Amino acid sequence: MVSASSTTSSPLSATIVEPTIFDLSSRGRVGVRMPESDVPAAEPPPQHLLRPELPLPELAEVDVVRHYMRLSKFNYSVDGGFYPLGSCTMKYNPKINEDVCRLPGFLFTHPLQPIETVQGNLALMYQLQEWLKEIAGFAAVTLQPAAGAHGEFTGVLMMRAYHKSRGDDKRVKMLIPDAAHGTNPASVGMMGMTVVTIPSDERGNVDLKALEAACDDTVVGMMLTNPNTLGLFDENIEKVIALVHGCGGLMYGDGANLNALLGIVRPGDLGFDVMHFNLHKTFAVPHGGGGPGVGPVGVAARLADFLPEPLVGILEEGDEDKDMPPLYGYMKPAKSIGRMKAFHGHFGGGFVRSFTYIAMHGPDGLKDIAQYAVLNANYLQARLRDTYHIPFDRICMHEFVAEGQFEGSDVRALDISKRLMDYNFHPPTNYFPLIVHEALMIEPTETENKDTLDAFAETMIKIAEEAKTNSAIVKSAPNNTQFGRMDEVKAARELVLCCWLPENYDLSA
Amino acid sequence: MNTPSNLKYAKSDEWFDPATGKVGISDYAQNQLSDIVFIEIFVEEGETIEAGKAIASVESVKASSEIYSPASGKVAAVNKDLANKPETINTDPFGEAWMIQLEGASAGDVMDAAAYEKHCEERAH
Amino acid sequence: MTYIPISPHERDEMLATVGVKSLDDLFTAIPAKHRFPKLDLPPAWTEMDALEELTNIANANENVRGDLISFLGAGMYNHYIPSVVDHMLRRGEFYTAYTPYQPEISQGTLQAVFEYQSLMAALTGMEVSNASHYDGATATAEAVNLAFAQYRGKRRKVVISPTVHPQYRAVIRTYTQGMDIQLVGDAADAELDSDPSDLLAHVDDNACLVIVQYPDFFGRVYDYTKFIDDVHAKGALVCVVANPTALAMFKTPASMGADIVVGDGQPLGIPMWFGGPSVGFFTTRKQYVHKMAGRLVGETVDSKGQRSYVLTLTAREQHIKRERATSNICTNQGLIALGTAVYLSLLGKSGLRQVAELCYQKAHYAANALSKINGYSLAHNEPFFHEFTLVCPKPVAEINAHLLEHGILGGYDLGQDYPSLANHMLVAVTEMNSKEEIDTLVEVLSEVDHG
Repeated sequence: MVSASSTTSSPLSATIVEPTIFDLSSRGRVGVRMPESDVPAAEPPPQHLLRPELPLPELAEVDVVRHYMRLSKFNYSVDGGFYPLGSCTMKYNPKINEDVCRLPGFLFTHPLQPIETVQGNLALMYQLQEWLKEIAGFAAVTLQPAAGAHGEFTGVLMMRAYHKSRGDDKRVKMLIPDAAHGTNPASVGMMGMTVVTIPSDERGNVDLKALEAACDDTVVGMMLTNPNTLGLFDENIEKVIALVHGCGGLMYGDGANLNALLGIVRPGDLGFDVMHFNLHKTFAVPHGGGGPGVGPVGVAARLADFLPEPLVGILEEGDEDKDMPPLYGYMKPAKSIGRMKAFHGHFGGGFVRSFTYIAMHGPDGLKDIAQYAVLNANYLQARLRDTYHIPFDRICMHEFVAEGQFEGSDVRALDISKRLMDYNFHPPTNYFPLIVHEALMIEPTETENKDTLDAFAETMIKIAEEAKTNSAIVKSAPNNTQFGRMDEVKAARELVLCCWLPENYDLSA
Repeated sequence: MNTPSNLKYAKSDEWFDPATGKVGISDYAQNQLSDIVFIEIFVEEGETIEAGKAIASVESVKASSEIYSPASGKVAAVNKDLANKPETINTDPFGEAWMIQLEGASAGDVMDAAAYEKHCEERAH
Repeated sequence: MTYIPISPHERDEMLATVGVKSLDDLFTAIPAKHRFPKLDLPPAWTEMDALEELTNIANANENVRGDLISFLGAGMYNHYIPSVVDHMLRRGEFYTAYTPYQPEISQGTLQAVFEYQSLMAALTGMEVSNASHYDGATATAEAVNLAFAQYRGKRRKVVISPTVHPQYRAVIRTYTQGMDIQLVGDAADAELDSDPSDLLAHVDDNACLVIVQYPDFFGRVYDYTKFIDDVHAKGALVCVVANPTALAMFKTPASMGADIVVGDGQPLGIPMWFGGPSVGFFTTRKQYVHKMAGRLVGETVDSKGQRSYVLTLTAREQHIKRERATSNICTNQGLIALGTAVYLSLLGKSGLRQVAELCYQKAHYAANALSKINGYSLAHNEPFFHEFTLVCPKPVAEINAHLLEHGILGGYDLGQDYPSLANHMLVAVTEMNSKEEIDTLVEVLSEVDHG
């Protein structure tokens, strides 16, 4: 169980650091002047269909800019500093990607335009499908899913459809390791399947005996994150996959940790049948404060017919001699599970950025990413090993998990995380994976230099010292930030989810 | 940890009062869940339920749990007030925070207070 | 090595600290026969290459801000986006932050999402909004999850109006494949009237949800008040899929009694971007909040007594509830939700109303003029907002091909989804369409008529 959150009693009236956009409203202010109508006036709609009033705030442009600028300063960000949030791959987001994804040809194309007018978009999508296939070793890729969890849902739907298409209706069990992300079981839950949890062994690998015992002809498949959430590559991966395949199950790969594998190994070569990519982790789509994500899914040949529709394909081959490009268009896989979302997926915010990122790295550059991500994680692990207990201590991949507790100190992982804020670092992931007590999951990524890693390691060592000598300062952290710990119980019990214009606000025109 | 000796306990941390037929969750369970912010009781008065049936769902600030009936019987009463003050599960789990009351109840797979205390201790390690 | 800030000598020092000789030595856990595959990818571009190549790719498209005059909508709309919106989205403090799991250093994102929730609630008239879904279609599918969970699986039927966006209906079908649930109401031969009372025949004590669209897919505005009353009398919930710009002008679904109001927020300051990312808004009544999927930001105070915001009721979500969660959704469309909040803050009460008025006026001008062309007529008499159905004398594909030769992106061919609506075109007109553009459309179509 996690330690109790702060339960400060709330004062009668809270101090307001930054008013809401509704608080700032002043009657009659205008933010954008729209043009007058240039057409003859139409008959208005029937009165009974009209809205009597529109309770939106009224601000001038400068009010809006200053408000959101002030808010932006309350955020910690990758552009601002080190963000070693495990399993989230908070790497630097190249600025050129921001420019190219905003080219007018991308911004202002409608998803239902005739294909002849969007050949640039379709060529880019086709190429990205091909590159992702090559990078991860799959036969086909859909770009449509909107996020990792959405990709997982897509994958599990395809696994279900595959078994059904073979008349194999008794498969209802999904095998999921205890270290898995919560989205794995939740995706399975949405499908009415049952989850069978597989424990990890003492080296952090899937427990082969438990797996073998669970494998039978009711298994849909297994969902495995590899490297897993301990940051470890499963040393028995080929045996794990053979066991699952042996009972007729399919192997799902959670691609959350693909950053460690670029140019190192292709999940498809290992025998994974389906895997989602997180373009917002591995391929530098910015996280945007919680989305949008981008979650393409790659599949082995036997699942290709089940992909969501539409895919982008070549309708007519081009002719290089005549400098004629192919004609790209949409294709529907023969046994498609259907549509996962409207239109084609997160094109502008996702595909264009990742396409650019892959193109600017090439095969060697991609391998560099994985190698340096893994080097940075191992370097930090080595620097912290003597201070923090590493429960599964071996060469890690792109991240590792340390325990945030010390003998004789009441300081917990959460306190260490909060104390890191005082030193201007973003904390690691807390309390995950669930199989480690007081977990601190640290993923530095490849875009951090040695000075930053050293400074972080020294700060972690200093906090460990404070935990033993001056634990109060750790327990009360953050002490130097604009905001202190939040009363989460008050938020949940009183449940204020919206604000409004003041009660007496005059809404008349 | 408070474990009244007049009650019976299920492995999944519900208590059952053989004298009154009332059902709730233990002090150990509320402490593990921490600050409870939501409860939804699924069963209705008049319904006959089997031991082991999910009767409610509780959510705290950071955890969520299904509540299973530790006994079989006919639901004579549902504590409808509890939804408006779920925090009483934290403050008075054996009293005000009873969840349902069964009529003609027979206990399912339950243990006495001493065995339950041992069960809780084992899990703490 | 473009974005890797480690020099060769630093690398060697670090390898020594780790205790291995080379980078390759870090990967001995990988099966040897699959280790270090040679990837068949083109060599790395420089930033100069990238800008040039991407510009070429983008220019291979014809866009609707210079190349083409657009009358295409059908779920994604060409609206003006004030400059401020993108300036705010390009703040690294916003776009390079993660999900605000550490509220002390994420108040920017948290307050912005709280404001987004508030703005969406104000616009739809509902009591609560979540932090957003992937798009309007998936938000609608999540409404099914809410209703299904609300009745704890005791009601297993969802009634969908055939006048809900065809792709939204397709997404609901995909999402519910693994659920034992019946989807009815939108069969190929279903009535396409704006009055959905035909659907009531499907609403029985097994129905958990009825879904209608407002304005409907054909652009019509219909007052669902009585219909929603009738559905409530049979115990089911009602979800209204709404166009957010229309809500600046027309009565809210909340005022008609809707239980859930969802839709796509793209019209609110988000570029079409060839279909995404946009933002799916999800608003409902407070009583259903525990069954609603997705993140929620709530107000609280911090240890210094300052008003602040946190992700709340997280125990509903997948990372805690795992397989018992209503949905597996994890992310929201954070950055796009921020864009929507900036847009609505800027336009405000009068600006959004003006945009809606302009859309309404221009669409009505276009409808009137188009219906006067020989062979063309309006399919419906009902009030509409900025989209309407035009009956054409020829297949829409033929007409659109001709329009394209004149630099005009015609409306959506309804025959693709509705066999009974061959030769029916869904025309969208927004504030971006000048009178001159509309007159050009009329002129070109008049020529087709002679042809």
